[in-house]
This record gives sequence, C-alpha cells and structure tokens, in this order.
Amino acid sequence: MIRVKNLSYIYQPGMPFENQALYDINFEIPDGDFAAIIGHTGSGKSTLIQHLNALIRPTSGSIEIDGENICDKSADLKSIRSKVGIVFQYPEYQLFEETVYRDIAFGPKNMGLDEAEIKDRVYEAIKLVDFPEELLEKSPFELSGGQKRRVAIAGVLSMRPKVLILDEPTAGLDPHGRDEILGQIDRMHKENAGMTVIFVSHSMEDVARLAKHIIVLNHGRVAMDGEVADIFARGEELEKMGLSVPQITQLTRELIARGINIRPDIYTVDFAKNIYKELFCAREEKK
Amino acid sequence: MIKDITIGQYIAGNSPIHKMDARIKILCAFYFIVLLFVIRNPVQYAVITLFIAFMVKLSGVALKFILRGLKPMLFILLFTVIINIFMTPGEPIFELDIFSWTLSITKEGVVTGIYMLLRLIYLVIGTSILTLTTSPLMLTDGIEKILSPFRVIKVPAHEIAMMMTIAIRFIPTLAEEADKIMKAQTARGADFESGSIMRRAKAMIPLLVPLFVSAFRRADELAVAMDARCYHGGKNRTRMKQMKMSRYDIYAGIVFFVLSAILAIAMIAF
Ligand SMILES: Nc1ncnc2c1ncn2[C@@H]1O[C@H](COP(=O)(O)OP(=O)(O)O)[C@@H](O)[C@H]1O
Ligand SMILES: [Mg+2]
Repeated sequence: MIRVKNLSYIYQPGMPFENQALYDINFEIPDGDFAAIIGHTGSGKSTLIQHLNALIRPTSGSIEIDGENICDKSADLKSIRSKVGIVFQYPEYQLFEETVYRDIAFGPKNMGLDEAEIKDRVYEAIKLVDFPEELLEKSPFELSGGQKRRVAIAGVLSMRPKVLILDEPTAGLDPHGRDEILGQIDRMHKENAGMTVIFVSHSMEDVARLAKHIIVLNHGRVAMDGEVADIFARGEELEKMGLSVPQITQLTRELIARGINIRPDIYTVDFAKNIYKELFCAREEKK
Repeated sequence: MIKDITIGQYIAGNSPIHKMDARIKILCAFYFIVLLFVIRNPVQYAVITLFIAFMVKLSGVALKFILRGLKPMLFILLFTVIINIFMTPGEPIFELDIFSWTLSITKEGVVTGIYMLLRLIYLVIGTSILTLTTSPLMLTDGIEKILSPFRVIKVPAHEIAMMMTIAIRFIPTLAEEADKIMKAQTARGADFESGSIMRRAKAMIPLLVPLFVSAFRRADELAVAMDARCYHGGKNRTRMKQMKMSRYDIYAGIVFFVLSAILAIAMIAF
C-alpha cells in the first residue's frame, strides 16, 4: 500500500528560479493495483514518482509504503529502492555496460545478490520483456531503439520490485513497439499477482487499455482520482486540462447524443469492435 | 546536485557595467588581472580592495552570487596559502621540528600568503563580475571581435568563439542530463556518495558513459542542424546585434586610468 499525504515539492527553494512543482498531493494506491498517473507535460508527474522511492525528499508532507514512512531520515534507502523500481522516461539513455547481460545485472549486483541468483533474475527479466537470449552478450549500444528500451526495463525488473513505476514507457516508440511494450506490461501485471504497477502517461488511449485506477494531475495538483469509468465520464473537464478521452469513447458519446442506443463505457477499440458489430448487424436486419 | 555550476550564469540587470560594450568589458577585466599581479605593497592592496568593492556595488548583482564562484576554489585557495606560508624563505617567526625536518613559518611567507589569497579571490570576483553581467552570447561575440585582428596569423577567431558559445550553451543541458542519469542509476541501487575514493571513482562509470554517449549524440544532431541551415563559418556573416560603444565605456576607461595612476603613485610613494 502506497499512501501519499499532503505532499508538496518546490524546486530550488529560496533561489530566484524557485518553482513549486507539487501542491498538497493526497492519494492511496493499494497492493496489486494497476494505477495510471496522467497529466499534460509539466504537470508534475515525473516529480511525483521520484518521491516514491526517495530519490527526492518532499518539501512537506509524507509518503508511506507498507506503513513505513520513507521520508524519515532513518529509512533504509537501499531496501526502499529495491522494493520500488522506477523505469525513467527514455530509459535507454542510462545503459552503460559492455554487454546487455551486465547492464541488466547492475541492479541485482548493487543489492548484493550472488552470481547464481543474479543470473536467474537476468533470464527472468529478459523473458518478461521478450528479449532474445542470444543477444545477451552484445553491447547495448548496438541494439535498435525498441530493444534498448526493453533492456532498460529489464534492468529494473531484475530487481524484482514489488512496485513497478514506468514513466512514459511508450514515448518515442512507433505504434508497433508501443503495442508490444503495453502488452508486456499488462502481462507482467497479470502474471505477478501482488505486483503494483504505476503507469505514467499523457496518452489516454494507452491508459484506457491497461489501468484500473487513474490519478489525474493538473498544474501540480490532483484534479481527479478514481476508477477508469468515473474519470472518462468527465470528458469535458479532461479536455479543459489539455487531456482528452480516447477517440473511440468520444465517437460513442457523439453517437449516443444523436440518439443511437449504445452503452457509454467503451474505452478501447478492441472492446468497441464487438459492440459496434452487433449494432450494425441489428440495423441491417431491421432493414 | 550538479545544479550549482555558475559558469555562463548571466544575471540580467541595468547597471552601468551591464551596459558596457562586451569587448571593452573583457579588456578591462584582463587589464584588472594584470594590475592584480603587478601590485606589491599594502597601500596598493587597499586601493584594489576599495575598487573591487565599488565594482560589486555598481554591478547591482547580489553578493551571494558573486561569492558562490569562490566555493569550488576553496581547496586551491587554501593550498596556495599553506604552500606560501611554509615555503617562502626569510625570517622565521615560528618553527616546528618534525623528526629531522624543520618546518618554519616566516614573516615573508605569511605576507606573501595573504597577498596571494587576496589576489586569487579578487581574480575570481573580477571575472565573476564580467560573466555575471554579460550574456554568454555577448561574451563570445566580444572575444571573437578581440581575436579577429589575429586572423592574419591564422587564429580562427570565429571558430573559437562559436565553440565557446556552443560549450556554454550546453552546460545546463548536460547538467540536467547528468542529474537525470544519476537519479536513474540511483534507482537501480547505484551509490555515488559513500566508499573510498577508488570506489567512488568506479561508481562514476554508470554516470559518465551515458553522459558521454549523449554528449556525442547531441553534438552530431547539432552539426546536422547547422549544416541544414547552411552554416559555413565566419566569412561574410553579419550580426543581428551590432556592438556599439557608449558613454559607459568611456567612463570605464577613465575609472581604470585613475586607478592605474593611484596605484602608480602608491608604488613610488610607499
Ligand atoms: N530538475 C528540475 N529543476 C527545476 N524544475 C524542474 C526540474 N524538473 C522539473 N521541473 C519543473 O517542475 C514542473 C513539473 O515537471 P515534471 O515533473 O517533469 O512534469 P511532467 O513529468 O508531468 O512533464 C515543471 O514546471 C518543470 O519545469
Ligand atoms: Mg515527465
């Protein structure tokens, strides 16, 4: 359970460039949840998630993970960071080792695990991201963009975090690469019961496919917090914040507005396909 | 963490020093440094101290920013003072026997040490005033103009200035990048802060490799972007902002002339 209470954060306090990025943030994320944090660029998403494994300390407020306040001076940072794994935006820019294997092993090695255990974890991690075993001894710099990103994600997964946070994991990928990564994240969450996934994005389409629970940030404040259906029902408010509901949801809404009888809670194209098919068949028959 | 770098940090303002022509300002700073190294007696140091205090006041830049430039120099300053105090031959005022080795502090040593310390501090403050009151672009433009007469002996003035502009431009970008990479590696359990020097040096690898890779990538992208916009060096280029001298530059000339005169009198009289 992650509990954030009255969290505020100011960059460079007391300097002329002082900048408050977060204002009085409150939310809870239960164990095993698949939560999404959305908001437009600069709304404070990246700043917020860096608090969750104590990379930065709040200016005020507190963060509890499994009942332990991680802002305490006495908190054990190493154990917090192996419990909460963060995949940063464009994680491929953090690769540095000579081989893919050694790069993925960097996290577990810092945790002080033995060789055999590290090996297990590396193989497990590449399986989760569908990375081919025969490329393990290659230099990470020789890989394609999409493969680099998988290696970087595997580098965090190999620490077997209980909470996995991904900051815009699909940024800069082509539609095919994006679908693959999203599919893998979904599978990971389903296969590892108990793993909490926090997915940061500004794309409603991505969020609609995966998340159960959405937290919307706007100018450093929590604007909405709730189930997917409740959030998407507030399309107009979202639009005012520079976000939008998925296109398929928008289409459905407009059809309803024109008097067509169809359920309103349609968020993904896959789900819509069947419903629209039924709708068309019913109309054909009527003719 | 790495955000404390002040090089190329320009603080906009409206003071007479801000309004000076960059070329003149650079030459003045240069002349000031020369003065620092020719002065010898306490009266001259007192005059220079008054002068620098006056300049700081005139520039309107908060003292906090000017002194921040001294922080990274602390070790060098201390080192210089200690070396001077112990290594200058002369009349000993304090002696310490360590084994068969005599360590002595001399009167001359203390004096030279203090002089050296003041010189270095004023040098940093003087150049800080220059960089804090001149935008990086004006600064490199000024350097280009000053170097341009040397083109006849094949000094690539424009290229040097362009390289400096680019370097200054990328300091904040790379600092930000370093901060990001450091956080990402810390999240994977890297430890940059504890351990022996060797261990810490080794811990820098996960930071330095990605940083260099990214610097090269950016350099490449920038080169392509410059090519795409037909950049072809300094020949026949005109400037959007022409450099112009103003009355402030004449005032500066007068101030430095008076300062030189006073220092010369002090040199002869004392
Ligand atoms: N290292 C930093 N120093 C100063 N300000 C920052 C830094 N990182 C982010 N900010 C500022 O904090 C705000 C939130 O940024 P960020 O958390 O990166 O938003 P998001 O990830 O939602 O795009 C922005 O106004 C941004 O300019
Ligand atoms: Mg971000």
